[in-house]
Amino acid sequence: MSNYLYSWGRYPRRPQTPHLCSWRDELSNQFDRVASISGTTLAYGNGRSYGDSCLALSSQVFHLKALNKFIHVDWQLGIVIAEPGLTLGEILEVSIPRGWFLAVTPGTQFVSLGGAVANDVHGKNHHRRGTFGKHVSRFGLLRHGQDEIVCSASENAELYSATIGGLGLTGIISWVEIKLVPVRTSLIDSTSVRFGNLSEFFQLSDELDSLHEYSVAWIDCLAKSNQLGRGVYFVGNHADYGALDFDIKPKLNVPFIPPISLINNLSLKLFNEAYWRAHSRQKTHSQVGYDPFFYPLDRISNWNRIYGKPGFQQYQCVIPTKSAEIAVRSLLQAIAIAGAGSFLVVLKRCGDIISPGLLSFPIPGISLALDFPQNLKLSELFTKLDAIVSEAGGRLYPAKDAHMSGSDFRKAYPNWETLELLRDPSLMSLFWKRVTS
Amino acid sequence: MKKILIIGATSAITLACARLWAKQGCEFFLVARNDEKLAQVASDLLSRGANSVTTHIMDSTDFTKFPLMLNQCLRAFHQIDIALIGHGTLSDQVACEQSVDLTYQEILCNGTSVVALMTLLANQFSIQKCGCLAVISSVAGDRGRKSNYVYGSAKGLVGIFTQGLQHRFAKTRVKIVLIKPGPTDTPMTSQLKSKGMKLAGVDTVAQVIVEGVNKGKPVIYAPGKWAFIMLIIRFIPNFIFNKLDI
Repeated sequence: MSNYLYSWGRYPRRPQTPHLCSWRDELSNQFDRVASISGTTLAYGNGRSYGDSCLALSSQVFHLKALNKFIHVDWQLGIVIAEPGLTLGEILEVSIPRGWFLAVTPGTQFVSLGGAVANDVHGKNHHRRGTFGKHVSRFGLLRHGQDEIVCSASENAELYSATIGGLGLTGIISWVEIKLVPVRTSLIDSTSVRFGNLSEFFQLSDELDSLHEYSVAWIDCLAKSNQLGRGVYFVGNHADYGALDFDIKPKLNVPFIPPISLINNLSLKLFNEAYWRAHSRQKTHSQVGYDPFFYPLDRISNWNRIYGKPGFQQYQCVIPTKSAEIAVRSLLQAIAIAGAGSFLVVLKRCGDIISPGLLSFPIPGISLALDFPQNLKLSELFTKLDAIVSEAGGRLYPAKDAHMSGSDFRKAYPNWETLELLRDPSLMSLFWKRVTS
Repeated sequence: MKKILIIGATSAITLACARLWAKQGCEFFLVARNDEKLAQVASDLLSRGANSVTTHIMDSTDFTKFPLMLNQCLRAFHQIDIALIGHGTLSDQVACEQSVDLTYQEILCNGTSVVALMTLLANQFSIQKCGCLAVISSVAGDRGRKSNYVYGSAKGLVGIFTQGLQHRFAKTRVKIVLIKPGPTDTPMTSQLKSKGMKLAGVDTVAQVIVEGVNKGKPVIYAPGKWAFIMLIIRFIPNFIFNKLDI
């Protein structure tokens, strides 16, 4: 057991030394101290970024997990102001009993508030509510050697939009104010239906998305030929009647890191076949708690360990609507031929709500995300996938990335130069160094 | 709702305990040295559901200020349901060995001041004839070891003193609770962590403490496995113990 921190994918394996800060009043001084000792640093929250965007170039991170206090709440208006290390789950624990829910939540509640802003995360309701940043009204930003700057759409607007999705490079986020949405219950009226191929996914998306707050599909990444892109479609709305219960505790744990990945072609094939068949061809309605609906993997602590010592990479791209079907088909073909991938494969339509962030990931189109156990053959597959994404005018998600080329990044995110100009010189991630030089 | 006095309210363990109580809508009287940090803790607990939070600035090594603190607390509460004493420092053993002053300071902060507070609070509980006085000691107080016996002896003082109080209040409804956390992941122990020691999460420790205090258990090891570990450590004969590098 060591003191070092890694990213969620445990790849690349660059151990980070944490410099802890747990008090707001010490934040500025400690940031200056860490930055001057290390040259550059980077804020590290709860370590849920997959690749190298949360790793400091200097390997000295400014660890803000314990900076997790609420500052002010208003249960009349549904406003929360809190420190950046507070996790979304901790907010839900307090807000749900009072009838408020996160306007946007990613697939885990273990991300920190600061991380959610810095990666401008999105969720199953992107087509309705846009990204997380859309619901961030204000935040405090500490830049090296300066007093705290308050940023909002009307105040320091340039830094506001650069910081949302800005990968933690514009300064240390010292507090965040978010707007919640009212809910009557903590339950979700959910509908699931399995589909036989990719075309059916698009039909279901057209039919169901506009009627539901949440929508997402699971894909069997090993299915080939006329079953290519088969999967299960899930949609949901907040239920009208029921209790307001906060209930989430990890039920299982992966207690150690196995030497090799437990996910291989055989285990995956069995999993996928069984999971697909477990869902009906007919639309099945059920009422479920918000936690299994949004956070199925949160029930298994340290699930990232199942990929063994080498770790894993997540591949998440978004393809613009006009080229989506063809490109996603090509991507799935390449993946199925390689016989790689993982159980969790997510396909989701992103809507056209513009994010306030300069480098926010979602664009109107289809987003595909899946995990791959790290191995030597992976870069060959990724090269193929990257070519498809690039040709289709799509892009990869920095929060998940450990491999994209600098040229692909700069082409897909033309605003990167503005972010570089606004970057605090004392902040630098491995990711940013990799894609900008 | 329970009325809870916490001394050392900006420590990571007492904060984590207070957050659990805040969820139930408890009322707090928080005591600590640093007013700015205390205000941050107060707004956190209020946001998490605390019914009310009163703060009081006090240096726990200044015994003369104790009666004023208790008066203010009673003015706010009338009756104390739970008093949790959790202030302290993790002593630098090597530095203490070279300095009588430092050793004395550490014993004062972790031992004598706690005993002084308990003396005063015990009399309040004696009047109330109900409530719970809980104090955070440490597994380090169970047996002296070369790596931390200054800290350990201060905590040991608290342990024996608490036993005495338990005996004194045995026939009453007043509960006296001795809490012995194992090494816990807090800012106080960041040095231990960087040496590679495995530390328990502060929320796990707080959960065990709050459950134990609510039940009025006389001794709480947190996490519970430390009861077993310390049982073994206490019974290792000296001729073996003296060979161990712990």
